[in-house]
Amino acid sequence: MAEGAETSDALIRLRGISRLYGTGEAQVKALDAIDLDIRRGEFVAIMGPSGSGKSTAMNVIGCLDVPTSGTYHFNGVEVAHLTQDQRALLRRHYLGFIFQGYNLLPRTSALHNVELPLIYKGHGRAERHAAATEALAKVGLDHRAHHDPSELSGGQQQRVAIARALAGNPQVILADEPTGNLDTKLSGEIMDVLQKLNADEGLTIVMVTHEADMAAFAQRLIWMVDGRIERDTPTSKAA
Amino acid sequence: MLWETIRLAVQAIFRNALRSFLTVLGIVIGVGAVIAMVTVGQGSTEQVTADVEKLGTNMLMVMPGQDAMEGGPVGTAVPLFSIRMNDLLEEQLGVIDVSAPLSMGRARAVFGNENRRTDIVGTDNRYFTAAQWQVAQGRLFDITELQSGKPVCVIGETVRDDLFGNATPIGEEIRIRTLSCEVIGLLKSKGASTFGSDQDDFVIMPIRTFQRRIAGNTDVSLFIVSVRDGVDTERATTDIEAVMRDIRRIGRDEEDDFTVMDMKQLASMLSGITGILTGLLSAVAAVSLLVGGIGIMNIMLVSVTERTREIGIRLAIGAQARQVLLQFLVEAIILSLFGGLIGIIVGLGMGLLGANLLAIPFRPDPQIVLMAFGFSAAVGVIFGFFPARRAARLNPIDALRRE
Repeated sequence: MAEGAETSDALIRLRGISRLYGTGEAQVKALDAIDLDIRRGEFVAIMGPSGSGKSTAMNVIGCLDVPTSGTYHFNGVEVAHLTQDQRALLRRHYLGFIFQGYNLLPRTSALHNVELPLIYKGHGRAERHAAATEALAKVGLDHRAHHDPSELSGGQQQRVAIARALAGNPQVILADEPTGNLDTKLSGEIMDVLQKLNADEGLTIVMVTHEADMAAFAQRLIWMVDGRIERDTPTSKAA
Repeated sequence: MLWETIRLAVQAIFRNALRSFLTVLGIVIGVGAVIAMVTVGQGSTEQVTADVEKLGTNMLMVMPGQDAMEGGPVGTAVPLFSIRMNDLLEEQLGVIDVSAPLSMGRARAVFGNENRRTDIVGTDNRYFTAAQWQVAQGRLFDITELQSGKPVCVIGETVRDDLFGNATPIGEEIRIRTLSCEVIGLLKSKGASTFGSDQDDFVIMPIRTFQRRIAGNTDVSLFIVSVRDGVDTERATTDIEAVMRDIRRIGRDEEDDFTVMDMKQLASMLSGITGILTGLLSAVAAVSLLVGGIGIMNIMLVSVTERTREIGIRLAIGAQARQVLLQFLVEAIILSLFGGLIGIIVGLGMGLLGANLLAIPFRPDPQIVLMAFGFSAAVGVIFGFFPARRAARLNPIDALRRE
């Protein structure tokens, strides 16, 4: 995928990315000409006050949203202006999502939830089952595979969601306030899981959070204000 | 992938089993009604045809007056038929096998303590040939009985059943009005006709006996004509009309004062009516299919709203819009196919029940069953498409944010 020395080390490269909402007087600049490089294997936390554009940045990086202007190279390929279906394919094959509200399918076992991305990848039943079980084992929940989300605690549900994000074998995991609904102890557990995935598997992780102690698990902290990156600093965890 | 989609749809349907069942009820009723209707309709058409075979396919009726089917013109004095006219007709027409004069009335037949109001028919032995009656017990009339108008009679099975039960009626005397009449024969039962009438409900006596002792005149109501084998009834009708005009001395410019009725025409007319009725009722049933389809659309829209978040998750995970569309479309199709399947079973059951109640053959039409199945699939596609498209067009970010 590498396209010359300049882009070879940046998995995610944003240049002049803006995202505008509305028109005229009511126009809001959620993102204001952002430049950002994220290398393979980095664990990045994005922080900032409400309305600073961190969620919009996340949606653009996750190819859920299309920037109004600017370029976005993923793995050296321009992806900012792909069609809806092309973006779906990109998400399917390269990205994994973790949400604040877990977003598991109700009345569907943990195992089936984790299998979901593999169905869209077109994997066979046996293959799906094996991969999902493995992903659940990585988050320490293989013994809960056949439980419905309603039978699991919040921390367990979020771990199932992480397993689901892992199952598709993505290059990047995008976590939007993954600990927002959890208490400190459970939050710590989730962050441990993420950190371990980053360290052991070399997974690139981009996480939006408003909790400084969660951001401290990352190696790099990006601080956003008013749609701009105000600070971009390594944390104490940085190698 | 498609298999997964189908499995998923079935899961979603059974997750809300009661709601799904109520949703497809419209389809069940629509498909069930169409199939029951067509099954009963075809059975009765077949019954009509069979009845006409029993009546004799080469049988014609000649009646005085025009438009006898519609009651005839009122007030115009049409000359009635006579025995002599019948004999002239038979004599002059080569295509005719036999022509029998018939006079009819209604009266009570009494035997001991039993009695029954029935058709009293005056005719002669040619009628039994023309209408293909067979003797079960006893005999038909002899020449003396016919010529001198003796008080003897041949009875149908229904009359025998009412007056004599299972006992043999031969040799017994029954009373009709003031006439005491000896039963000399019993006819083999023909059963009920599709026209609703009991064909075995009558007492037959020599026409002269009837005219003298029952009617008190010499009128003949109609002729029953049996056409020779191999002769087209349409040709026979034209021939009869020509001869009858001659016999009744109708001038060149005058209209017929009689009607020739072909039983075959009558039968095709009746099955035509059955067909029209079946068509009309099926149209009503089709409306219920439409209503059923709207019900499915409604519930699919509710389902899309309820599952907005699920759709958001699927889109975020990498489902393409058309995969989401397909998922909801397949769900709607399976839902209405379920309805169609239940409807087919219900319809065939109703058809079987109807066939038994009406005593007609049970004739399920595989073509209609297939059509009903296809139609319910089509209802699923048509009414499922709009909700499915709505699901597919959701924006993943908004969908995920929705509670």
